Amino acid sequence: MDITGRISAVKRDYLISLAKEGKRADGRDFDEYREIKIDREVLRNAEGSAMVKIGNTTVMAGIKLEVGEPYPDSPEEGAMTTSVELPPLASPEFEPGPPKPDAIEIARVIDRGIRESEYIQLDKLAIEPGEKVWIVFIDIHVLDYDGNLFDAGSLAASAALQNAVIPNERYELGENLPLPINLPPVSCTFVKFGDAIVVDPNLEEEQVAEARFTVATDANGDIRAMQKGLSGSFIIDEIKNNIKRGQIHAKKIRKLLEG
Amino acid sequence: MIRKIVLPGSLLGNIDEKKAGNGTFIEDGKIYSSRLGILEEKNDYLNVIPLSGVYEPVVGDNVIGIIQEAMRNAWLVDINASHFALLGVEESPWRVNYGETARYLKAGEMIIATVIRIDEARNIELSMKCKPCRKIEDGVIIEIQPSKIPRVIGKGASMLSVIKKYTGCWMFVAQNGRIWLKCNEEKLAYAVEAIRKIEKEAHTVGLTQRIEKMLREKNE
Amino acid sequence: MSELIKDGLRIDGRKPDELRPIKIEAGVLYRADGSCYLEWGGNKVLAAVYGPREAIPRHIQDPTKALVNARYNMASFSVKERKRPGPDRRSTEISKVTSEALENVIFTELFPRTTIDVNIEVLDAEAGTRCAGITAAAVALADAGIPMRDIPVACAAGKVDGVVVLDLSAEEDQQGDADLPIAISPRSEEILLLQMDGHLTYKEFEEALELALKGAKYVSKLQKEALMKKYKG
Repeated sequence: MDITGRISAVKRDYLISLAKEGKRADGRDFDEYREIKIDREVLRNAEGSAMVKIGNTTVMAGIKLEVGEPYPDSPEEGAMTTSVELPPLASPEFEPGPPKPDAIEIARVIDRGIRESEYIQLDKLAIEPGEKVWIVFIDIHVLDYDGNLFDAGSLAASAALQNAVIPNERYELGENLPLPINLPPVSCTFVKFGDAIVVDPNLEEEQVAEARFTVATDANGDIRAMQKGLSGSFIIDEIKNNIKRGQIHAKKIRKLLEG
Repeated sequence: MIRKIVLPGSLLGNIDEKKAGNGTFIEDGKIYSSRLGILEEKNDYLNVIPLSGVYEPVVGDNVIGIIQEAMRNAWLVDINASHFALLGVEESPWRVNYGETARYLKAGEMIIATVIRIDEARNIELSMKCKPCRKIEDGVIIEIQPSKIPRVIGKGASMLSVIKKYTGCWMFVAQNGRIWLKCNEEKLAYAVEAIRKIEKEAHTVGLTQRIEKMLREKNE
Repeated sequence: MSELIKDGLRIDGRKPDELRPIKIEAGVLYRADGSCYLEWGGNKVLAAVYGPREAIPRHIQDPTKALVNARYNMASFSVKERKRPGPDRRSTEISKVTSEALENVIFTELFPRTTIDVNIEVLDAEAGTRCAGITAAAVALADAGIPMRDIPVACAAGKVDGVVVLDLSAEEDQQGDADLPIAISPRSEEILLLQMDGHLTYKEFEEALELALKGAKYVSKLQKEALMKKYKG
């Protein structure tokens, strides 16, 4: 069984028949997010943190910085790594243990959005070029799971990076400084079931989803990362349309991040 | 009557004066609550009516179940309780050949059934030989805290008739916290909103009037 | 080494028998059957309860009672040096003694063959996370409607600069002489968990235990207020 759990046949039929009439069970339009709330600087030990709620989904992102060795192919740059934890606290379907493919996929898609939009200025994170650089750990902890972890996780990571500091004092490297960043990527996720493609799926919509699509765009609306998931398919026009819809949503969500 | 909320370990009374009812335990001659709930006194019995927790099945309850697994000669059914329940083929309305259970009920499908047996090891058995018992083929099921079901029904089914009157919905309220609704979509949204409000405010007084007011205003 | 006690006060300004500020909220999560958010000084802890539900795989089932399965976990960003995700020896031990402390008060015989899963996530840590975790878990269990003899509660006392004090802060924990976390059933004062490390004379132990009991009883009141607040509306 996957992380979403099983849905009853009656509910599946109901969601699909509603979608045929352009409706969703919680009353939203196909192109409507649930309420998004961002709380920043919620933790003391993390170098940066944010708690994001999308409807009933809650995720916490914490940023930690450590001194480490650079990668051989980028000796003068810092490094970043993104992890997603799905602790059993957040859903009756989550099990303890090392990250499973679902968690790793979410983490890698979020990582690509941040990395490819050059959100973190890694070139400014060298301490002794070739020897010592800052490694940025982005840890996303899911606290309450009601769908759309891709967008909630991405948003939490972006917001947490905005208030992250370089902990120079802890390493006796001088004063703490804000983490150098550019403009954040914004992720937008759709699922398809029946003939409908809806944005920001809640859990029951993920349970009936045949295919999933995530697009991360930068401040110009250019595409920086995409991921198609699940065993269903999209036709090419649907993909194009998803990207255009994603660009419009991202513009609105970006205001929440920058506001 | 004051609705007094009690917690696990709250002292309720003395065994010389009262009797220990549901949701209580006795220690050194004193009666304590074992649950978070509302204290109720009936014929000298102190009972604690739980405000949360899983469904606790009682023989004779009608429940809405989700088929978990079609086994050789029985179905494993999720009834929202601490344990799965078993529906044997002999208790189904069909003549089922050995190994052909999935032809009648598949995993994910829903039924109305009645609880016919619970033993000490908490094996729960169901039957579909009851008047409302059937396979559920359409409509919507919503799930609420099982402990709030009596409020959705109301005294003498008063709450239920208010919801039915203003929404025109057909409703089946099962003891295990699941409610089956059939009606047009706009009215369905009102009914669901009303049920969610009842669940949230179950511990307050004057709820039936507030629900009626809310539904009347929506209908205008 | 710095002085931890000056003019009878501790470095964070507390008196020896004073707790850090505590905030408890019951029923904060949507998916869990019962939950609690707790802040205790610089600790931020979430607890969620699922069950009782049938234990899977079947061979772990106990035909006579429910298994109480607490899992204590520290988020990787909850401490100064990033913690590698996943259980280590420390968290495995805390999970075990927490499970045992909670099992003591639960009427497990009512739910044979099931598990009651108690998940504790430490989001921000500042000494005393196990006490914060048990205290939050107990509220989450009550919120989940689990039948119990009592609502357990935990608190620590210890010794710094030769003085017995209540509820150690991070500096006191690192530089102090002893730490004594306990969990109790507040109604009966039975000890459900007791650990100690450091150096105490028997007399100091008696003093520390009394202080920890006093602290636990105060925290117990806060737990009950949090539950009442949720259900009184």
